[in-house]
Amino acid sequence: MEQVDKQEGRGASAVPVDDPWDDAPAPGRDGRAESGATGGGHPGAVPRQRVPSAAEIYLEVQRSPAFQEVRRRYRRFVFPATFAFLAWYLAYVVAATAAPELMARPVAGAVNVAMVAGLGQFLTTFLLTWAYARHARLRRDRAALELRWDTQEMTRGVVRR
Amino acid sequence: MTGDHQTLALVLFSVFVAVTLGITTWVSRSRRGSAEEFYAGGRLFSPMENGFAIAGDYMSAASFLGISGLIALYGYDGMLYSVGFLVAWLVVLLLVAELVRNCGRFTLADVVAARMAERPVRIAAGTSSVAVSVLYLVAQMVGAGSLVALLLGGTSEAARSWTVIGVGALMVIYVSLGGMRATTWIQIVKAVLLMAGTVALTFLVLFRFHGDVNSLLSTAAERSGHGTDFLAPGLRYGGDWTARLDFISLGLALVLGTAGLPHILSRFYTVPTARAARRSVVWSIGLIGSFYLMTIVLGFGAAALIGPDEVRASNAAGNTAVPLLALDLGGGAGSTGGTVLFAVVAAVAFATILAVVAGITLASSASVAHDLYASLRRKHAKQYSEVAVARVAAVVIGAAAIGLGLLASDLNVAFLVGLAFAVAASANLPVLLYSLFWRRFTTRGAVWAVYGGLVPAVLLVLVSPVVSGSPESLFPGVDFHLFPLQNPGLVSVPLGFLAGWVGTVTSTEPPDEARHAETEVRALTGAGAV
Repeated sequence: MEQVDKQEGRGASAVPVDDPWDDAPAPGRDGRAESGATGGGHPGAVPRQRVPSAAEIYLEVQRSPAFQEVRRRYRRFVFPATFAFLAWYLAYVVAATAAPELMARPVAGAVNVAMVAGLGQFLTTFLLTWAYARHARLRRDRAALELRWDTQEMTRGVVRR
Repeated sequence: MTGDHQTLALVLFSVFVAVTLGITTWVSRSRRGSAEEFYAGGRLFSPMENGFAIAGDYMSAASFLGISGLIALYGYDGMLYSVGFLVAWLVVLLLVAELVRNCGRFTLADVVAARMAERPVRIAAGTSSVAVSVLYLVAQMVGAGSLVALLLGGTSEAARSWTVIGVGALMVIYVSLGGMRATTWIQIVKAVLLMAGTVALTFLVLFRFHGDVNSLLSTAAERSGHGTDFLAPGLRYGGDWTARLDFISLGLALVLGTAGLPHILSRFYTVPTARAARRSVVWSIGLIGSFYLMTIVLGFGAAALIGPDEVRASNAAGNTAVPLLALDLGGGAGSTGGTVLFAVVAAVAFATILAVVAGITLASSASVAHDLYASLRRKHAKQYSEVAVARVAAVVIGAAAIGLGLLASDLNVAFLVGLAFAVAASANLPVLLYSLFWRRFTTRGAVWAVYGGLVPAVLLVLVSPVVSGSPESLFPGVDFHLFPLQNPGLVSVPLGFLAGWVGTVTSTEPPDEARHAETEVRALTGAGAV
């Protein structure tokens, strides 16, 4: 499965990520040219003169715009979403304990506000699950996968720590 | 409960035990015991399989029988549990599952130790993981003892004790012989059985009311004797402010605890990629959500068809509401349908307990062998393979759980589960979130976060009304309670986060930028993931 993903990721990236790894080694970009490492994912390139340590590679990847973009997309979704669902859940729990009169107000037939709020929690959980899975699949997976292969390519053969 | 029920239930129990033992021998044939195989089942389960296994790991008998029973007795207040247990999965999905899959190998400590001084962090995280697991395990064992004894009609001490010993022995066999692979398949089988049983009962309840939920709710309210109050919060957790704060405390522990449960975290290592981990959580949210929706129908169905008084007469905690409902839906006591449905429900509850205890035992034996033994053994001592240690640890933990389960047989199961969630939320979640998301987090912060959550959570319970000072407490004769709440979450969870923050800002060592970069890159891309 991963192989297929890899092919997909390599072929057409639907995400317009500024991906420095697939470009020709641009002068001065991220200090990679200085360190003498050749770009990841280019078999048969010039042998490395000085092999960077794993720590240097990870720092370099972390500072790369492609990684920053993946992290930004992840955080811009999960932090507000986490805040929202926790606030909504805590509001529900506090309302159930502190304002039972409000929760007991009838809505339709035997169904009251409390019942609607409880079922609303189920509904929002399902919706957020769907939205997160969709966001990750469309906006993050490919870029993350490319970064994964490139990073692994760079760290290959490096003695760790 | 007549002899027919018991015979048929016993037959179904035996069939399930035979099938699971068959699975265990089948998967453990001719497999060499590598750590990868034992802890993670070879990491090649599909998202759907893992999603079912997660659901099987999570939905305990406390959910199946306990929540429906609470709804049958107290109406709406029982529903609050199902909401908390489900919403907790959003924390797991959004913040934990993928990142943990990418960063760790087998346990929670792997994730934290990746960017910290390994030894103190492993010992701290390993200790808290074992503490959470043992609490959860004892809760399940106590539940198993009283439940099976209840369903089989034998309420004697001997029947209970033998059930606890039998369940403990079975789980040790599953785990030490079959490892993660056997445990996973047992959980999948159990999840399918549980879902099938719940769907059938829910369908029968709705069929009885001709699909009219409104008439189901109003009949339940009428039958309860509380009228419309039955459908609104307050019957159980109303009362004074201590009771209300206690509920908020429990709600906090439930929603934050799931993401710190070691046996849930270890399930993410059984799939090949973070993407697969995410898809398994999506599967499990679908399964767990629909399961809890159905338990609500079953709870109100039991209230409407059986009535809270009869449920309470059978078991004061309401644990027999669903079996009684099954008996009624099948055609009443003495009828063939009733007998069959009752026996099926009893067997499903039993399967549920076995699958859950197997998952917890495996996770705690992984913590003992992979974290504690690897860090604590003396340098020159004879080396045993990690898997051999884990197998022995499973036997020891099983024996300890049997012993504690027998000792604690009078403790309230829901309280033990709530405590396990509170400890997980206080000790495991802060350290996990800080190491995944906080650049400046240090070793001292990590160690303080674990102990700063674990110690207050346990101490607050020791000085709570659960242990002393009230007629229902563990030692009713003495009174040394200082803390008014039964669940410590409201205080201990913030303390865990605070301790981690204080430990970090006061530590003299600078944070390790490079290893933080490695954790972050690995967490979000999966580079170097095993």
